[in-house]
Amino acid sequence: MLTGKPRRVAIVAANRTPFARSGTAYAKLSNKTMLTDTLRGLVEKCRLEGERLGEVAGGAVMKHSSDWNLVRECVLSSGLSPLTPAYDIQQACGTGLEAAILVANKIALGQIDCGIACGSDTTSDAPIEVSRGMQRMLMDLNTAKTNTDKLKIATRLLNPKLLLPKLPANSEPRSGKSMGQHAEITAKRLGITREAQDKLALASHQNLGKAYDKGFFDDLVMPYQGLKRDNNLRPDSTLAKMASLKPAFDKKDGTITAANASPLTDGASAVLLASEEWAKARGLPILAYLTDAEVAAVDFIDEREGLLMAPAYAIPRMLARRGLSLQDFDYYEIHEAFAAVVLSTLAVWESATYCKTQLGLPGALGKIDRKKLNVLGSSIAAGHPFAATGGRVVGTLAKLLSEKGSGRGLISICAAGGQGVTAILER
Amino acid sequence: MSDYLVRLANDKTTANLIRALGLPAPVELRRGGTDGVAPLSGAVVLAGGGAGGFAQSAVKSALRALGAKPLEALPADESLRLNCVVLDATGCATPESLRLLYEAFNPVLRRLDRCARIVVLAAMPAEQADPVGAAVARGVEGFVRSLAKEVGKRGATANLIYVSRSAVDRLQGPLRFFCGDGCAYVTGQVLRVTGDAAAPSDLPAMQRLAGKVALVTGAARGIGAAVATRLAGEGAKVVCLDVAPARDPLYELALRIGGTPLVLDVTGAAGDLSEFLTGKFGGVDVVVHNAGITRDKTLANMKPELWDQVIAVNLQAIVAVDRELDTKGLIRDEGREICLSSISGVAGNYGQSNYAATKAALIGYVAARAPQLAARGITVNAIAPGFIETPMTAKIPMMMREVGRRLNSLSQGGQPEDVAEAICFLACPDAVGVTGQTLRVCGQSVVGA
Repeated sequence: MLTGKPRRVAIVAANRTPFARSGTAYAKLSNKTMLTDTLRGLVEKCRLEGERLGEVAGGAVMKHSSDWNLVRECVLSSGLSPLTPAYDIQQACGTGLEAAILVANKIALGQIDCGIACGSDTTSDAPIEVSRGMQRMLMDLNTAKTNTDKLKIATRLLNPKLLLPKLPANSEPRSGKSMGQHAEITAKRLGITREAQDKLALASHQNLGKAYDKGFFDDLVMPYQGLKRDNNLRPDSTLAKMASLKPAFDKKDGTITAANASPLTDGASAVLLASEEWAKARGLPILAYLTDAEVAAVDFIDEREGLLMAPAYAIPRMLARRGLSLQDFDYYEIHEAFAAVVLSTLAVWESATYCKTQLGLPGALGKIDRKKLNVLGSSIAAGHPFAATGGRVVGTLAKLLSEKGSGRGLISICAAGGQGVTAILER
Repeated sequence: MSDYLVRLANDKTTANLIRALGLPAPVELRRGGTDGVAPLSGAVVLAGGGAGGFAQSAVKSALRALGAKPLEALPADESLRLNCVVLDATGCATPESLRLLYEAFNPVLRRLDRCARIVVLAAMPAEQADPVGAAVARGVEGFVRSLAKEVGKRGATANLIYVSRSAVDRLQGPLRFFCGDGCAYVTGQVLRVTGDAAAPSDLPAMQRLAGKVALVTGAARGIGAAVATRLAGEGAKVVCLDVAPARDPLYELALRIGGTPLVLDVTGAAGDLSEFLTGKFGGVDVVVHNAGITRDKTLANMKPELWDQVIAVNLQAIVAVDRELDTKGLIRDEGREICLSSISGVAGNYGQSNYAATKAALIGYVAARAPQLAARGITVNAIAPGFIETPMTAKIPMMMREVGRRLNSLSQGGQPEDVAEAICFLACPDAVGVTGQTLRVCGQSVVGA
């Protein structure tokens, strides 16, 4: 598939909506609307109107069945040339970053010159299914040949249970546990304290607040539906306020609360990736380069490993390949699904035993400089519209590196199903 | 935007009632594009002329090129209805010679088909040898305007072309428009066909704007959307420009017509626009200055900002954009520029002193700008729509709307497509003979005639 040398992949621009807590500013919007508007924002910013891009990849986690071709539909309304191909992917919270990796790989291989990675999610417009019984009844009705058969099948409607809709749930199909319950188990196992989690959460809000105040997001976040900032952001919160909250998942002795977890959120993001030549020919800037990526999965059945620990496995593999140590980074963007997840990940890397037995390393990966962690806040403050988080992180880190002038950043995103998507950005 | 009277008057069950009540019974107009190689191929066309006329052979060859087989005399078969009558009256130079008009049309009027087209050609009054000749040529105008009022109730149109002796070879474009379905709502109007602008290198017979880039401002809705659609249908790559609040319909329009959307506020962003055109297309061939706003108030009640807003969007922005395009040399040779004036600009309108000032200004603007660009084959014209059925006019109070709609020779409002047809005519290469003029699309509204 490779013809010639692999090319460097530039991150050229990013755009996202401010993120909004579920049921607030974007309560009436669909994924299609938010993603279309986000793509338009990027198109207008980079003057891509009428341009044919190599591809647009992205998706949504909470998706209506009618949105089966979501990204292509959005591309058609985006102002890009309708000759731009697109496809949907879904890897839970890793969707956005995985999309960027897919586009970047094609650019690196020389198959395309440019592309957009994007994602959108809303829990305010969640798909609600009819019950399995109703669905079977309708399918059978569709294939029934005689009226008698049809009538017989229709009598099943008399069962009122059929009318109960099937609501989407934030739980693992394999374990039946919610993600928070899983994170709680891992946190307990690793001795992650409530206080440490609250401190990390507070830092997230403070860092994000400061970044907005400095105008860092002016060219990354478009004003949308009356919002200019993520409406979950609480920079004035305090540890005392956070300490007053009751645990969300384990009422008795849990440590995860609404304050140190990311909330259900609506929003969309998009990132423009390109070869250096393509960007330069259009006079577009190169913020940073996407230089490597690794995706891992863990066996979380019966809690043999924590559900959200896969990035801990992915990153050492990537580091080994690049001959880098965990400390060779200027920024660490570790997605705050829960503060506990960030702290658990850091904790296992600091444990020689874990690194030896679980990761097959000769010793501990070691500590990171915590001042370099989520320096502009992360999902606890910004919110976490599942498929849009990858684009938020890539855009933020790319601009950080571009402002610094040179450096290296690490991205880690945990995802449902025991998966983890990670990447390295450099400049 | 439907017109209930057009519907009722054309429905067999209600037509008699409408007549009995003495209500106007507007004919459902025949509409459609004037594209295609031979737009007149199916039409029954009568082409006559008087002694001394200099346009007759040019007219006939133009009609033939448009697919017509022009008849010289009224066919004996009384059942044969005429779709189109073209009369060369360029030879009329004495009072007696005006009798040609009577003789040509008196027997013809009862033989006209519904929505027929009448086109009369006269000599330029200013080119006539003496004042009497000039008077007679000018007299033809009064005749045609009156004729338009008589035939309007059957949906027919009548228009006049003053043709310069040196420009008879430029009649095909104007005849294509005035004889075709596209001029459904243009009647009682006068155009001058001159040799002022340099001739185009190529006169395609169909897809007349293929390979051309057209800019339409205010493209998201109403007339702008119809214009963008029509120009795209004629083969142009259309840059559809509108402001941010119109983003949704703008992007959908661009997708529908294969155009390029551009979200931009034309006030104060001329530089961005020229950068966009340079970057994407390297220039522009057709510029339609359609974006406009109304801020209606009687002058006594008008706040200064309402005045300023209208001037800024409807006039200042156009001047600024043109200046930028001129400075950067972005309007290509043989280009076409069309400004949207208004019947309010022609005649003035109650509560629209700001709007009318800008729309009248554009009439003066195109007249003055045309000679500056004529040597490069660029034409500059204006269109003055009358009452057009748009979401904007749908908001006018019922009684006012009724008056606006009926006070014209066709007893109905026009459609955005009617304006688009006229603009498309002026945008095409074969309209080269027309420059510096203002064409009304108003069904011969009684206002400002």
